[in-house]
Parts: sequence; C-alpha cells; structure tokens
Amino acid sequence: MLEEYWVYVLIAVAGFLATDFWRWLGVLAGNRLNEESEALNWVRAVATALVMAVTAKLIVFPTGTLANSPLWLRLAAAGIGFALFLASGKKVAVGVAAPIAILVVGLLILQP
Amino acid sequence: MSAEQRIERGSLNWFLVGMRGVLSLPALILMTSYVGFSAFALEAGLSRSEAVAMTLGIWALPAQMILVGSMLGGANIAASFLAVTLSSIRMMPMVASIVPEMRTPKTPVWILLFLSHFIAITSWVFAATHLRDVPRQHRVVFFAGFGMTLTLTNAVIVGISYGIVSQFPPMVAGALFMLTPVYFVSSIWASAKQVVVKLAFVIGVVLGPLMALVSPQFDVLIAGIGGGTIAYLIDRYRRRRKAVSQESA
Repeated sequence: MLEEYWVYVLIAVAGFLATDFWRWLGVLAGNRLNEESEALNWVRAVATALVMAVTAKLIVFPTGTLANSPLWLRLAAAGIGFALFLASGKKVAVGVAAPIAILVVGLLILQP
Repeated sequence: MSAEQRIERGSLNWFLVGMRGVLSLPALILMTSYVGFSAFALEAGLSRSEAVAMTLGIWALPAQMILVGSMLGGANIAASFLAVTLSSIRMMPMVASIVPEMRTPKTPVWILLFLSHFIAITSWVFAATHLRDVPRQHRVVFFAGFGMTLTLTNAVIVGISYGIVSQFPPMVAGALFMLTPVYFVSSIWASAKQVVVKLAFVIGVVLGPLMALVSPQFDVLIAGIGGGTIAYLIDRYRRRRKAVSQESA
C-alpha cells in the first residue's frame, strides 16, 4: 500500500499527534478547573453529551453486521432494555443483558 | 518499616486494583472490538506491527478506523491528519472532565499529560464510575493501573488475533456491536450523580443521530458542545429557581 517507514510517520503524525494534541489540551484545561466550579459542570455536560451522541449513533447508524438489522428492532431493544434497567433499580447487568437478548431473539425471528 | 514505604505499598495495591478493572465487562467488550479492528486492518493491507503501533499510538478506535480508511483512500498526510483530528476533538472535554477528579494539588502535570493518552471512551466511563470510590491520593495510580493495562492488553490482542480471526458469525458480530452502546447507556446513567449529567445524557442521545442527518461531518461536536451547553443552562436555571424558592420559603 505505502512504503514501510512512511506508514509509521503517518501513524505518528496523523494518528498519535492528531489525537493526543486534544488530550494534552484537555489536561491543561482540566488542570485549571476546580472540582466544585461552574465551569466543570459545563465541561462535564459537554463530555457526557459528546459520549452519548457517539453512543446513540452506534445504535441508530451502526456499521458492520448490525447495519443489516432493522432500525426499529435496535431502537426497541435499546429502549425496552433501558426501561428494564431502570425498573431493576439501575442494575448495569440488566441494562446490558436485556437489550442483547431482545436483539438476538428479534434477529432469530426475522431470519428468513 | 518507614511511613514512606507503607505509602508505596498502598499505591502498588491501588495500581493492582486498577489493573483488575481489565477483567470488567466494558474492558472485555472493548477487547472484542479490537479483535474486529485487527481483522479490519488485515483486510485493509496493514501489517501486524502497523496495526499494533496504531493501537498503542492512537488508542481511540474511531480515530484508528478513520486513519486506516484515509490510508486506503490514498489521502495525503495533511488530509489524514485533518480527518483524524476532527474526530478526536471530543477527547479534550472528556479528559478535562476527568482531570479535576483524578489529581491532587501535588500531582505533576507531566504525569497527567502522560496518562491522558490512555483516556478513550471505555476508560472515561471507567474513571467516571470508579474514581470517586478511590481515596484521592491513590486515584492517579489507580487509573494508571487500569488505563495502561487496558491499552497494552488490547495491543497484544490486536497482535495475536491478526490473521486468526477474520470474522465472527453474523449473529455473534451483531450482538457484539450492540454490547458497546448498551453498556455505555446503562453504566453512564447509573454513574450519573448530578442532574446536569442526566440532562446532557438525554440531550446527547437525541441530538447525536439527529445531527448525523443534518451535518454528518460535525454531528458529534455539535451535539456535544451544543447539547452540553443546553443541558448546563437548563440545570443552572433549575438550580437558580430552586435557590430563589428556598429563599422565599
């Protein structure tokens, strides 16, 4: 594909530097934040919204095999699973097992 | 035994406790994702050591996929840098929200800079869930134990599974792809103590896919910065009103 050494230069510059640059900025910014400060509240909100946006996209627009399953099945699995998780008193094991079980059962039923 | 030695021992213990986190459910789920990355790298024509170097050097699965994708497409180094760096902006608020909880006033900045490399989504969730249960002076060591072990373990997994696992059976692969998001959903909600985090959670879930339709290039950034700011403002309004009603009561 490319010359051997050039791939490592690419990994170092377009991979390592391109990601760790933001991590370093995060350390410098976070180091100025007090644990009880208003600014940290905002940063927490932004970080949580970011991670959840990525997460929701994994369910709504999946890549790979899951992309062949119907959207309604994935949403039902995640939604009903979350409801069961809340009903269980926020047991993470339920929050993981329930959606997977619903998804697998759904896929088995839908299988031609 | 001197007091110093005893402290050292305590730290080593916390490092080991952190390491043990590698056997937790989210860490195991991540490992299956890295098996998937290894298969993808092989398919894309990367060598085994390149795939391992990428895992160690980038340590962010989406960024790794994007870099492999842009290498496949023959993009030049500047274009690759731009694509990867856009996907990695989210690292900044993720790291910034963990650092105040992790450090003590005496923690040297270089240690935090070094450890920030090991923060990606899985370790962010792990830190947000578990740091508060660790005595403050041991949190850096605890996270180092988890983060470094998780990264190294996955690098080894990429190296070993390269060429062995080409594909999971579709049903298994589908369930594995679903594990990551549903784990994040329940564990982040379970660890959310502040109202502002729950608000940001709900707004992020709604805005993420919505923005993907409107602006696929910047969806996560818009949903994160915009959605997070909305959540913060709602929460601030709520807290002010509560404070006012308490004063008048």
